[in-house]
Amino acid sequence: MSEPDAYEYEHHIVSPKIYVAIFVSLLCLTALTTAASYVEMYVFNVVVALAIAVIKASLVVLFFMHVKYSPKLTKLTILSGLFIFMGLISMTLSDYVSRAWGRW
Amino acid sequence: MSDSTVISEGALAEGHHEHPPYQRHHFESVAQQFDATNFAMWLFLLTEIMFFGGLFMAYLLMRNWYYQAFVEGSHHLSIFWGTSNTAVLITSSFTMAMGVWCAQTRRKAGLVLCLVLTFILGIMFLCIKGIEWHGEWVDHHVPGLRFTDADFINPALDADVYHEYHDRAMAPDTANKTEMYFFLYFAMTGMHALHMVIGISILVFMIFQATRGAYTEGHFTFVENFGLYWHFVDIIWIFLFPLLYLVSRHA
Repeated sequence: MSEPDAYEYEHHIVSPKIYVAIFVSLLCLTALTTAASYVEMYVFNVVVALAIAVIKASLVVLFFMHVKYSPKLTKLTILSGLFIFMGLISMTLSDYVSRAWGRW
Repeated sequence: MSDSTVISEGALAEGHHEHPPYQRHHFESVAQQFDATNFAMWLFLLTEIMFFGGLFMAYLLMRNWYYQAFVEGSHHLSIFWGTSNTAVLITSSFTMAMGVWCAQTRRKAGLVLCLVLTFILGIMFLCIKGIEWHGEWVDHHVPGLRFTDADFINPALDADVYHEYHDRAMAPDTANKTEMYFFLYFAMTGMHALHMVIGISILVFMIFQATRGAYTEGHFTFVENFGLYWHFVDIIWIFLFPLLYLVSRHA
């Protein structure tokens, strides 16, 4: 940074109220995902369980890990990391599903 | 040679500015130092995602290949203990987040209390995990050490699980794939538990430091970045819990 003044900001402190709200939401979502697993939803059991897990993980990342208040560089790096991770998963899967010896 | 020494000393004297003792010399400001350290921590966590990602990938593939074995293997886990452990770990993430807040607002007693609570909850998580692992040892579900697929070939052998799920009997060549389910179960929960043990060890160090006044005099980077690690371990569990315990309940 050529402009040192660009860094002269107060460090953002997330308030305990937000932490409590996120904590309660996470506990409710845990109860919800366990309850949902007792309901017969066929393929949607997996979909619902993973959707709730993604919501919980997002709450943790955004608020407990302060990413909502982080610099754009951090946000972009995390998103690109997740993008590469999804890429690796889909490339590995595409390899397995297209093999003659596969069990698909 | 002497000329160059003079120049660099001059540059140093001119470039030097007032800053807190914990600010490394090569950073413009404390904020810049914080952002750089925070960014580095995230890069480390991304490598951790890739590391655990391999295990999740293996689970995804194997669950599709050996679907029935994975479903019936999962029926032998305790949803009660799994849910309890999720609650314990989420609570420990909350106390850790409050610890970061205490460090930021210079509350020494609060920080020590939060770190101790996080430590206790971490130990509690490992104890519950230990109860579950012990159950798998008793049931002969530990691949390589103590494993039999008898109660998958004949599900009525395990009366409790049979009463709950009424699993169909599997042929021996299908039933032995449950060993793969339990192998991945132990690999994933074991690797997660190893991360917990490392985190708990660092917590002990931090509690010791915090009682001597560290982290609450403006320099809280270590607490904040350890918090990131602890929350990351929490996130891994948030995905392990539904995949290992829940999704196969009705399958």
